[in-house]
Amino acid sequence: MSVSPEDFRFVCAFMRDAAAIVLDAGKEYLVETRLGPVASRAGLSGIAELIREVRRDRHGSLARSVVDAMTTNETSFFRDVAPYQHLRQNVLPALINARGAERRLKIWCAAASSGQEPYSLAMLLSEHFPQLETWDLQILATDISQTMLARCRSGVYSQLEVNRGLPAALLIKYFRKNGLDWQVDERLRNRIEWREFNLVGRGWGVLPKFDLVLLRNVMIYFDLETKRGILANVRRVLRPDGYLFLGTAETTANLDDAFQPDSMHSSCFRQRAA
Amino acid sequence: MLALVVDDSAVIRTVLTRILSGLGYEVLAAAHGRDALNKLEAGARPDLVLVDWNMPEMNGYEFIRALRGDPRWRALPLMMVTTETEIDQVARALAAGANEYLMKPFTPEMVQDKLALLGLTSTQG
Repeated sequence: MSVSPEDFRFVCAFMRDAAAIVLDAGKEYLVETRLGPVASRAGLSGIAELIREVRRDRHGSLARSVVDAMTTNETSFFRDVAPYQHLRQNVLPALINARGAERRLKIWCAAASSGQEPYSLAMLLSEHFPQLETWDLQILATDISQTMLARCRSGVYSQLEVNRGLPAALLIKYFRKNGLDWQVDERLRNRIEWREFNLVGRGWGVLPKFDLVLLRNVMIYFDLETKRGILANVRRVLRPDGYLFLGTAETTANLDDAFQPDSMHSSCFRQRAA
Repeated sequence: MLALVVDDSAVIRTVLTRILSGLGYEVLAAAHGRDALNKLEAGARPDLVLVDWNMPEMNGYEFIRALRGDPRWRALPLMMVTTETEIDQVARALAAGANEYLMKPFTPEMVQDKLALLGLTSTQG
């Protein structure tokens, strides 16, 4: 299924308006591979007809499906390894020490995608910080895509997905075989609160203050002003001594001077003292 | 860095050799567990072993047990690469001394991710 130049321009504008996502020229293939299945599932003849329908109703269920499909990311368990090592060795011990009196820790995975990140974090906490079992621990995982959130809640992953980045020892401890797939066990699933959230929407006011925010591999989709706006909002929901993690190739430099990189890990950021 | 690839399938040996070569490894291949033990006894000193489960002569599970029973090879990083996907099989392999477990089919990225878990290569970037 190919996309015409005019339809591609429409999808670019639509995604910018609906989710502040910037699609560059040359990303036609992404539109074709992501929206082809949406058109098929909806019983439409192809992408052209799908886009005709979205033009007609920009807030209908098909428009919603297009946003879902275009915002779905490929990811893996313990993606990039090093951020999780930094969390385990430095960030979480420091936070647990700092919050010892209140015994409360709030963590936000702000772009949960297909759920591997929050589940990786939940496994890491369970394995290495069992003392948190008795704490008031909140792991909030949000995503703009309802489809992805439903997947996350089910905790079902294909063999190919559990093959990526997940230590075998954790696979046998936290997953059960379910036909050809693998499912996260119920105890771990219940440790995570899943919620729909649009990073460029107006919902920031209802968020609590977090000790740790993971906003990994999502800023890449936004334009400069949107990135600045999101980081300004993150500052409002991150406690002054909290930690922000971005993707390995992402930075706050030239976006928000209130953040500075953690000297021990380049994708971890702290707020400068006021 | 030298990787010992133990698999009775010439296709899998070729695929793994190509992937590991791309990651900077030299590769020594063996067709079954006995063949691999012979190569070790003959002086091969791998930094990593990738071993299939189902093979003639000596299967991967028996190979791991033999390897881990010898103090010279107790700490050698080892990953099972197999079509066996039942949770009990994974648990058995780990209990016998495998450090990691990769289910076929796999992609180069999966191999790289698993090696990163073993501390043998970085997935940064």
